Amino acid sequence: MGELVKLHYDVPGDDFTRAGEASSDVKKKLKTLGIDPGCIRKVAIAMYEGEINMVIHAHGGTADVEVTTAYIDIALADQGPGIPDVALAMTEGFSTAPEEVRNLGFGAGMGLPNMKKYTDDIRIETELGVGTTVYMRVNIA
Amino acid sequence: MTDFYHSVTLDPDKCKGCINCIKRCPTEAIRVRKGKAYIIKELCIDCGECIRICPHHAKQATYDPVTAVLQAPYKLKIALPPPALFAQFNNLEDMDIVASALLRMGFDRVFEVSRAAELVSDATRRIMKYGDIKRPVISSACPAITRLIRVRFPELCDHVLPLHAPVEVAAALAKKEASEQTGIPLEEICTAFISPCAAKVTAAKSPIGAERSQIDYVLALKDVYPLLLEQMSEEQNQPLTNTGRIGISWGSSGGEGSALLLDNYLAADGIENAIRVLEDLEDEKFDRLDFIELNACSGGCVGGVLTVENPYVAKTKLQRLRKYLPVSCNRLTSPIPAFFKWDQKLEYQPVMTLDSDLSVAMQKLNDIEQLAASLPGLDCGSCGSPSCRAFAEDVVRGKAAVGDCIFRMRDEIELLGGDQTDLRDLVPLPFRKEERDNG
Repeated sequence: MGELVKLHYDVPGDDFTRAGEASSDVKKKLKTLGIDPGCIRKVAIAMYEGEINMVIHAHGGTADVEVTTAYIDIALADQGPGIPDVALAMTEGFSTAPEEVRNLGFGAGMGLPNMKKYTDDIRIETELGVGTTVYMRVNIA
Repeated sequence: MTDFYHSVTLDPDKCKGCINCIKRCPTEAIRVRKGKAYIIKELCIDCGECIRICPHHAKQATYDPVTAVLQAPYKLKIALPPPALFAQFNNLEDMDIVASALLRMGFDRVFEVSRAAELVSDATRRIMKYGDIKRPVISSACPAITRLIRVRFPELCDHVLPLHAPVEVAAALAKKEASEQTGIPLEEICTAFISPCAAKVTAAKSPIGAERSQIDYVLALKDVYPLLLEQMSEEQNQPLTNTGRIGISWGSSGGEGSALLLDNYLAADGIENAIRVLEDLEDEKFDRLDFIELNACSGGCVGGVLTVENPYVAKTKLQRLRKYLPVSCNRLTSPIPAFFKWDQKLEYQPVMTLDSDLSVAMQKLNDIEQLAASLPGLDCGSCGSPSCRAFAEDVVRGKAAVGDCIFRMRDEIELLGGDQTDLRDLVPLPFRKEERDNG
């Protein structure tokens, strides 16, 4: 039986109008699976924040989602500048987003904190000048 | 189990089986089968978009004929005109002209919906101030929106204002008031709502939040309009209406929101715009919003599919009419009466779910993904589904066969050894690699 659903998305960089397309598509598909709405919401919010981060900081990247009967894994990978201090980046309100991005209403320093808040597990692999991959897991209630 | 009654129906004699409606339907609720459009009951929200788009007028709203109420054996017949009705006439400066004409048409009393709207605004303000309800609160006045949330936005069901729409409150108040003033028992009094849209017909026939509606008949505004015009006169009008700006403003988008006297409200109209707002709200993309007013029709109720006047002209007419009205004429003098409130919660109906078993649903989703990737992606609608993706879902749900895609059918004929050269020549225009000399 289909114990695993894999979804792959390319997240375009520097285009705020398209940021969120991947999480929106994931949300739609998870609803067809009949997964608990609260769980879908967590995935959608965490993934949207991640997508926005990739657009703001890393000129886009890729998003891979794996759904099993027990959990949903999200991996967001980019080839951006990397995060110099992960602990600091996880602090609510800490932001390195440029002024023009803040003027658009983004970059309030809630991206990573929200991703942590809405997921059951988060792991960040980052290397300066190479890129960042954020692994998140939401357990299916 | 919820009963999915619908006021939007099909006249099979007029339907040509074209794909206009399936492409326009915001919930992808229509398929073409056996040469006719077919509405999937669970998915339809009665927004009326298909009625608007159908070039053959095959999609229609069911409602009661005017004669049905005028000839009904009730002792007292009350007309319930919505704000949108008053927006249909040129140079109308006095609502009583329309109300008096309704009496001449044969109604015994008139209770304008905007009176109840002012009370619902008052009740909403109290709930916003003291009630324990998730923010932002979403208006429940547009029945198409409420039905949309019920099938597509599970996480937002708790945000919906648990109050009846003004028309439902108006029906209850009108009967009560009439019975008290005339001594005629409630069961001998009927109400007839003059509806601007199909969704409100559905709301009266199959209400959300109550067992039964107090609205006994629903007439189409466009049917009443010509009859009213015949009866309208500058002379001999009675003081029947009691509405202020707040009540009449409910007729167009933003009216309900502005009546709450809050800064943080959002009003969106047009079903696609409303869906976008709900999607963003679900993802918590809004900050500091207290109230969301959504109308399925562009412009609000004045844009309803059963109205006559251009919605934006109608909106201007409402603005003009407002000029002569006080701010508000109706307010609650007691706690919010019980009959204002829903006695049932808005419950999510998971109609999109592929299977109740997660593993099976996952298998089906994989099958859909795989099939969708192999389809041409033209979204031509020739298979009777609104898009290639929807077709893939239909196939996996067992509602269509892969060969129903004309491009897949072509491939299969080739495999069966059909005349391949001829078939290759028959590549449809959008797929042709080079221009063919058309002479």
